Amino acid sequence: MSLTNKNISRRKFVTVSSLSSMAFTIGFYFPAASKGIGEIITAQNADEKGIELSAWISIDAAGIVTLLNHRSEMGQGSFQTVPQIIAEELEVDLDKVKITFAPGNSKKFGSQITGGSSTVRGSYKALLQTGAAAREMLIAAAAKNWNVAPTECYAALGMVIHRSSGKKLGYGTLVAAAAKMPIPKQVVLKERKDYKLIGNPLQRQDIPLKTNGKAIFGLDKKIPGMLYAVVERNPRFQGKIKSLDDSAAKAMPGVKQVVKVAMPVFGFTREGVAVVADSLWTAMQARKLLKIEWDDEGFEHLSTEKLYGRMREDLNKPGLTQRKGGNFDAHFQNSANQLDLVYETPYESHSCMEPLNCIAHVQGDHCEVWGPIQGPDWVQSDISQRLKIPIENVTVNMTFLGGGFGRKAFTDYTFEAVLISKEMKAPVQVVWTREDDMTQGPFRPGAVYGCKGSIQNGAIESFQVKMAAQNMDQQAAGADKTKFNGSTSEGFAEAYFKSIPNYRFADIPTESPIPVMWWRSVYSSTNGFAFESFIDEMAHAAKKDPLDFRRSHLAGKRYQVVLDQLEKMTNWKNRSKNDGWGIAITECFKTIVGEAVKVSKNAEGKMVIDKVIAVMDCGWYVNPDIIQAQIEGSIVMALGAATVHETHFEDGKAVEKNFNTYPMPRINEIPAIEVHIIDNQENAGGVGEPALPAFAPALCNAIFNLTGKRIRKLPFKLSEV
Amino acid sequence: MTTYNLNINGKNFSVQADPKMPLLWAIRDLANLTGTKYGCGIAQCGACTVHLNGTPVRSCSVPVSAVANQKITTIEGLSEDNTHALQQAWIKEQVPQCGYCQSGHLMAAAALLKRIPHPTDKEIDTAMQGLICRCGTYPRIRKAIKTAAEMISKPVAVNQK
Repeated sequence: MSLTNKNISRRKFVTVSSLSSMAFTIGFYFPAASKGIGEIITAQNADEKGIELSAWISIDAAGIVTLLNHRSEMGQGSFQTVPQIIAEELEVDLDKVKITFAPGNSKKFGSQITGGSSTVRGSYKALLQTGAAAREMLIAAAAKNWNVAPTECYAALGMVIHRSSGKKLGYGTLVAAAAKMPIPKQVVLKERKDYKLIGNPLQRQDIPLKTNGKAIFGLDKKIPGMLYAVVERNPRFQGKIKSLDDSAAKAMPGVKQVVKVAMPVFGFTREGVAVVADSLWTAMQARKLLKIEWDDEGFEHLSTEKLYGRMREDLNKPGLTQRKGGNFDAHFQNSANQLDLVYETPYESHSCMEPLNCIAHVQGDHCEVWGPIQGPDWVQSDISQRLKIPIENVTVNMTFLGGGFGRKAFTDYTFEAVLISKEMKAPVQVVWTREDDMTQGPFRPGAVYGCKGSIQNGAIESFQVKMAAQNMDQQAAGADKTKFNGSTSEGFAEAYFKSIPNYRFADIPTESPIPVMWWRSVYSSTNGFAFESFIDEMAHAAKKDPLDFRRSHLAGKRYQVVLDQLEKMTNWKNRSKNDGWGIAITECFKTIVGEAVKVSKNAEGKMVIDKVIAVMDCGWYVNPDIIQAQIEGSIVMALGAATVHETHFEDGKAVEKNFNTYPMPRINEIPAIEVHIIDNQENAGGVGEPALPAFAPALCNAIFNLTGKRIRKLPFKLSEV
Repeated sequence: MTTYNLNINGKNFSVQADPKMPLLWAIRDLANLTGTKYGCGIAQCGACTVHLNGTPVRSCSVPVSAVANQKITTIEGLSEDNTHALQQAWIKEQVPQCGYCQSGHLMAAAALLKRIPHPTDKEIDTAMQGLICRCGTYPRIRKAIKTAAEMISKPVAVNQK
């Protein structure tokens, strides 16, 4: 993900008002222009230096520990993993800790965008150090009290213990003194073998709230005096309101107002008509009575057919080179053993189970929002900039997210709610119906890949991928369209670049008015299919076993360990000739994933997926059960995009509106999934997304292995293979 | 607007509603029980599943006028404190991810176990394939239904695990 929002500057420290003055609060802050890890600081020091504190940990006089989770919880488990990391070094029992969501504030918390599988990999070192620093200060405070050396003491389960005498002091009694202790310049972090919490499949603390209906998602949030709104938006994304007859809608009892609203979406505005009422049901009914004429001139009304025709034609263009090595053209042209193939992937909707919604309350130059939000700090600065109000006047409150997958990182729906609230001078919840959510985008962009390559002596001699697809970063007004897409090779295992002597990755940005956006694993979600299908075709052309072929092209211990594990779990060498097996290996957000799929034909002759094996090397990790759940979920989501659903466009509008025409995989369609997580000491990689890209190519490679038929276009129906 | 008596989780709620208002919105916005979720509005996803006289129904597609004075059970009525075997199994198997669809899955599973105390994989498929989980928790849903069935038949043995 390339969007950044770093506007970090020093500001006057504002008293941490929500925290008791008797509390010991420690966190780290991001000094101006800091990159990566901020400095660790206490509330008291922050006050003296006039900087704002990132309150990660607060311990009050009663010994109650409050940990702040600075990332969104949308199912991926940050609600559990972030505190699990801090509590490890702080030496507290996770059951004795309160966990709260941090409000949106990049100055306090650094980037809070929950995307790019970045929660753990982006902040774990700082989290560990903050927990350890707090622990050392508590130990120092106890040692001073006992008049002994800190080295004679240790911490466990929320207490400092003097080793020889067995004297104990609870953290709560030490907070006042600990807050005055100097912050250790260096802390010794635990070794992995000494971890009590990290590495264990501890139960998620959010789950009991999700089994009795108590978890509050955005759609469940209610604010006193809140009105409800639904919006009829232009179905062709960029059209203008030509005429509006709202008389019937306004006449419905309970309707408060009908307002025009123009929601910013990248470089244009999405016009719509909002019906505001005293209940959601009333607003939904009144919306049906609106009579709107749209002016849809001045932009293209695309169909899927036309869009993909354009992408296929674009492959004839040279493209914008992102990454190259050796000389592709020379070696490809001179080769007698050439491959020249095209792969296609579809547009997709995110279709989070919780449709988009947001509550906004604008009061003068202040604004408060509540909702399912992936990037609270982005929402805060977006509202501040657009309303031209100071950033500290914008409060972004987090709820649980009923799914995110990239869609809820975008700030269109939040600002639309702000505009409606401003007009109504009241708190308003804007709710998107399933149809709104599924047809309005932004969508995952589809892509067409032109892959060329040659084989020499059983190895890849030349390799080129040209991607024709909309560039997600070129949607803003005035975007530089001469710049290559930095994610063109995203998903390709890094070690391939070392073994392939001549390669080139380039993209041709597709012109289209359809808004597009990150979708779980972003470009890798489609790139992986082209890359690992093509590698498989090259292995076949080289007359090599597909696993051996990858092994010989992926030098480096981490890749070899993943391949060893896949070989073992599939019993690769002794697999039955009657089974169809396919493998794929991808690298996404610093995590290597190898997947193997086994297919067979059932008694009726229909293709069935018997088993999926996933091996993940995500380096340093926190909670293996959460990782397993994320791998299972990624595979199910990949299965849907490969074999079940696709968003089509006709006359400039999205065709699929609800789950009847955009179906989802169901429980009876899910294969057995076996997961293995590699243990090593490497830096943490992502977890929530990287298991998605390898599934579709592994599946299609398995189908080829069983039937000899290559599938180069997604989605396809298993029943039709 | 008409006044209806809704019997939800053994409590009576007197609500003023348009007769065509789906039960879903009456539960969420008039009885203020937000555990039941809106997912599609056309009975495709099952996030809004509740029990009507013990039978699972899609509350998004049942008008409030059709269910007055009948026995409605929502997720909050399964148990508020997670004591129902299915809720315990859901926690044990760590089923939910985002959690949004899980109320519906739990209500559908509760109706299944009442009808078939030890469902086979095929019976689980039949009872649960009308529901969608976008996070893909299906393998764990299947496992948790079986765990709950065990808990109900052999409560002591499971607790000792």
